[in-house]
Amino acid sequence: MPDLLGLARRVLDKAGADEDVEVYVAHGRETSIRVFEGEIEELTAAESAGVGVRVISEGRQGFSYVGALDESAAADALLEARDNARFATVDEHAGLASPDGVAAPVLDLWREELVSFPTDNKVALAVELERQVRAGDTRIRQVVSSDYVDGLGETAIATSRGIAVSSRQTGCYLFVHAVAGDGDDTQTGFGFSVGRAPGELDVGLAASDAVDRATRLLGAKKAKSAKLTAVLDRRVTATLLGILSGTLSGEEVVKGRSLFAGRIGEQVGVGELTLVDDPTNPLAYGASEFDAEGLACRRNALISKGELSGFLYNTYAANLAGRSSTGSAVRGGFRTTPGVGAQALYLEPGTRDQSEIISLVGDGFLVQSITGVHSGVNPVSGDFSVGAEGLMIRGGELAEPVREVTIASTIQRMLQHVVAIGSDIEWLPGAATGVTLAIDEISLSGS
Amino acid sequence: MPLTDSPPADLVAAPVLERVLHEALREGGDFAEVFVEDRSNCSILLDDRKVEELSSGRDRGAGIRVIVGETTGFAHTADISEAGLMSAAEAAAAVAREGGGGVREVALARRSVQHQQVAVLPGSVAKSDKVDLLLRADDAARSAGGAIVQVSAGYGDGRRRILVANSDGLLTDDDRVRTRFFVTCVASGDSGMQTGSESLAFTLGYEMFADHPVEEAAAKAARRAITKLDARPAPSGVVPVVLKRGSGGFLFHEACGHGLEADHILKDSSVYTGRVGELVASPGVTLVDDGTFGPNWGTLAIDDEGRPTQRNVLIQDGVLTDYMWDFLRARKTGRASSGNGRRQSYEDLPMVRMTNTYLIAGKEDPDEIVAQTPKGIYVAQLGGGQVNTATGDFVFGMTEAYLIEDGRVTEPLRNANLIGNGPDVLSKIDAIGNDFEMSPGTCGKDGQNVAVGCGQPTLRVTGVTVGGTAGA
Repeated sequence: MPDLLGLARRVLDKAGADEDVEVYVAHGRETSIRVFEGEIEELTAAESAGVGVRVISEGRQGFSYVGALDESAAADALLEARDNARFATVDEHAGLASPDGVAAPVLDLWREELVSFPTDNKVALAVELERQVRAGDTRIRQVVSSDYVDGLGETAIATSRGIAVSSRQTGCYLFVHAVAGDGDDTQTGFGFSVGRAPGELDVGLAASDAVDRATRLLGAKKAKSAKLTAVLDRRVTATLLGILSGTLSGEEVVKGRSLFAGRIGEQVGVGELTLVDDPTNPLAYGASEFDAEGLACRRNALISKGELSGFLYNTYAANLAGRSSTGSAVRGGFRTTPGVGAQALYLEPGTRDQSEIISLVGDGFLVQSITGVHSGVNPVSGDFSVGAEGLMIRGGELAEPVREVTIASTIQRMLQHVVAIGSDIEWLPGAATGVTLAIDEISLSGS
Repeated sequence: MPLTDSPPADLVAAPVLERVLHEALREGGDFAEVFVEDRSNCSILLDDRKVEELSSGRDRGAGIRVIVGETTGFAHTADISEAGLMSAAEAAAAVAREGGGGVREVALARRSVQHQQVAVLPGSVAKSDKVDLLLRADDAARSAGGAIVQVSAGYGDGRRRILVANSDGLLTDDDRVRTRFFVTCVASGDSGMQTGSESLAFTLGYEMFADHPVEEAAAKAARRAITKLDARPAPSGVVPVVLKRGSGGFLFHEACGHGLEADHILKDSSVYTGRVGELVASPGVTLVDDGTFGPNWGTLAIDDEGRPTQRNVLIQDGVLTDYMWDFLRARKTGRASSGNGRRQSYEDLPMVRMTNTYLIAGKEDPDEIVAQTPKGIYVAQLGGGQVNTATGDFVFGMTEAYLIEDGRVTEPLRNANLIGNGPDVLSKIDAIGNDFEMSPGTCGKDGQNVAVGCGQPTLRVTGVTVGGTAGA
């Protein structure tokens, strides 16, 4: 691997005395294999690298990036960022992170096993996944794609405020997209398995997941409109947590764009509800030693036993709010500036698994997937209305499949109407963790 | 990496490309392609009258693919020196290592393309002028009324210079300039806060703002937010929906267009597989994808495989006539590409993508369509959506909508989702207006985003499920 921190430091050396400079360097390699009908359809070997430079001068911030690990191109990016800063508005809150003395967790997120894993074995995993899905049920009509993807990434950050950190990690996943058919009826299902190394991938689980999800919705119809208890499947809960994390961003809160603004200390949910963002937990795929500004990641409690207890801040949001960064700077690679975001969000699990929750609920709706989340949820008003499909729950058992309905409530009401939290935590790619969640007083709108 | 703006054809010399293509096919393979790109971007974000961010960047690199039978090997590199390209070619050729191993000489023949005509290159406009543009939008939004409490506005421009060479001897290039603007307003009232937004985006240079003033867009966004302060929750259930011209093109893009992409068709994962010649929509419905259509957001001179774009009729008077094709899928089927092979960047493989997709206008007076709707919903703006291409099921957010009562547009409604099925909606269109409007969008597929245009006349769908919260 190239010496990213060395490059970051050499670019930083070109900073002027009257400016703050942050150099963010990223380098990654990815192999992606798509299999169709037992053969490789696509095999991609990708290498991505680049440098993003932030300059803050007299309260003005400018940013520029270049898609190369080239010292002179990076130096040009510094010049361009400096020029961009001239046109920014003076903002007393602009600033780079200052070392805050918090020790970074020691996490081992790198697996040599992945680095040396032969391409043929990667192909074999995707071929086997496709085979198992096709063999999984006679109603599987097509396996649109069966993918093996792995990647290794390294980042380094050096700033004129004295931050100089680097970290690296590996990850891989299997993903399969199945289509089930029965007569004229067609349904789709996705299955996947994630790991930090190929040995952690579970082909059987990914295959059965896709088969179950595609076949169990066959024959689905619109349900009658009703007010009922919705049991959110683990991945639906993860999506919901993703929405919640936006409303718990300190920047959105301080700018008045969150329904939680000004409500710290209030009982916003039922007593069983504890929501934590904890990137120091190595089980989470969002785990990280440092945030995107180079501060140590830390555990942040957001809702504690139903009480709103905190928000997430990067340096800028913290300056705006008169607080300290919670180590929650995130960025989508070297082409963007740091934003605020959750990294490893999870609900403290309860004691029941999904089937126990289904019997507890008795009558309701198991939500297998939701759509239209970005258009259907208002982070300010809390209005929530999304498309849904899943299975009705009758007498504590799963019953007929349902499609093309919407479920609606408000985020505020949903948190106050949680009736059960599952024990079945599922670590997922991305910033949110899955767990079964039952919420009552949900309006299902169908026919 | 010097920041020169040389013609795209100069990015890599033709003899180098010939040697790289030769290397890519050294182990065998049916086809090889080099895609070189030099891209620059600038974006500015104004939030509450502050220039929160001015960002710019530069990317340059090449993607090389090798096709062997049904298998594609792909590698990309940010190093476009001959050595960098050769090593990427070798990596892409790894899929051909068990192949026949026939050495092939490639002689490139240049095909020139009429590049887009740009009056004012955004790169030549002072950054301070771009900031002023956003401040003017902010002023216009705030002058819409005291209820407007927050305004954010964004500007972006991008230039992509690309070069495509392949083992069939094709050598061609393009120089694309796109410019965009968006504004979001928050209005505050007794009932809480509401947002309204509007965007302008064209395959044009900075001259676009002469014909499309940002002040008008900002006023429109502000009015949307203010109107919604009095909005009541949308009803829920199945209701007739009138889509205003330009409001719902993205719905047809998502819920019908994707199902007409040949990659989905060839894998039998589309509701439209095997249905050419069948009635798939109400008579009167004609759906077109046209990459040559004016300066709209999805316009391209050539696609990202070097094929000139064209006007493709997908559904003619309700009857399915054809799908959209890229090189790979067309080759499998033994036909020509329809100019729909696109990629987000040199780091991505091309696939079948839409350009400007629209339903063409009909004969009816749009006001009459509303007047003849006793009860329903009038949608003036749709937000983002999602679709399952295998089933056609979709969900779309309504960001500006009103009740229709006794043939009149009455009260504004709060945001809610429309949920339905694309093929079903196409067959439930019972009135098509004589008006028409395009709107810009970003289409995501398999993780790649590309600029697209969508359009439609005012039209009525007899029944769509609305997921409102009235009574929830």
